[in-house]
Amino acid sequence: MHEMGIAQQLVTIALDAIPDDIKNPRVETLNLRIGKLAAVVEHSLSFCLEVITKDTPLEGAELVIEQVPVCLRCESCKHEWQTDTPAFGCPACKTGQVTLISGREIEISSIELADD
Amino acid sequence: MEIKIQRRILEKNKSDADRNRAFFKEKQVFVLNMMSSPGSGKTETLCRTLEKLMPDIRVGVIVGDICTTNDADRLSVTGAKVTQINTDQFGGDCHLAAHLIDSSARAMGCDDLDLLIVENIGNLVCPAEFDIGEDARTVVLSVTEGEDKPLKYPLMFQVADAAILNKIDLLPYLDFDAALAVENMGKVHPGMPVFELSAKTREGFEPWLLWLRTRVKEKLG
Repeated sequence: MHEMGIAQQLVTIALDAIPDDIKNPRVETLNLRIGKLAAVVEHSLSFCLEVITKDTPLEGAELVIEQVPVCLRCESCKHEWQTDTPAFGCPACKTGQVTLISGREIEISSIELADD
Repeated sequence: MEIKIQRRILEKNKSDADRNRAFFKEKQVFVLNMMSSPGSGKTETLCRTLEKLMPDIRVGVIVGDICTTNDADRLSVTGAKVTQINTDQFGGDCHLAAHLIDSSARAMGCDDLDLLIVENIGNLVCPAEFDIGEDARTVVLSVTEGEDKPLKYPLMFQVADAAILNKIDLLPYLDFDAALAVENMGKVHPGMPVFELSAKTREGFEPWLLWLRTRVKEKLG
């Protein structure tokens, strides 16, 4: 639902990263890291990007998303684990506060430019 | 040619939120971000909360809605300082981003406030993703929703510091299993306090008010 805002920020960051000395740059791939817990819908983001990158060096760029798993740490017993379900209690000691180590990422890791 | 970047896409919002945090620290005001799905009774819960907190605690409210000033009108009756943000002029956004809070909080002036409550837009998805520079977050769930909402929207319940289970006066008329709802919140966020109350009948407010007063006092000293 807020994918347009994310797409706009993504375009700003990606365009900034293109070196000035490249003539007619064309971005082939946008590599992102998105946590499984992050509220981002891939096809909405891809649709928004398609709309706003028209006539820019990012037009037609492929979106490659690395999904980052949800990992947690128990602050009581220091146990660390990965989960695929929204039950975030510590499986080892069953008590204590948990901290989310990963799973909320919404990051751009790189862009790939066409060689031509 | 690959160009490494390694940047958070929402870093602009994060830096806006950090600026808000510094502003709120300077102004010595505690900021609560209140979130929920539409119709859970955030505004009514806030009205009852303000009645109890004021005038001992000086409260201001920033209300976010896509359209209308209905919630601001209801809250103004309590005597609190109220500012409405309508996001339709920004494309009908489904959440309040940090820069909107920045302009509203500065326009409002926070010198005469101890507590600023941001009533976010009714939505269990997007507001959870946007840091606004708050000190604490509360999520409101009502008994007319499903007990499995915490499992369906885990990020919201994970980022919340406390939850309110509202409309408990309706429990005798519904099949809603309150214990299961509380259990599900505990699964997503172990240890999170859950306050069961009714904004309509005013029952169950004391533990919630005590939690909020304590948090405000902790910051203001």
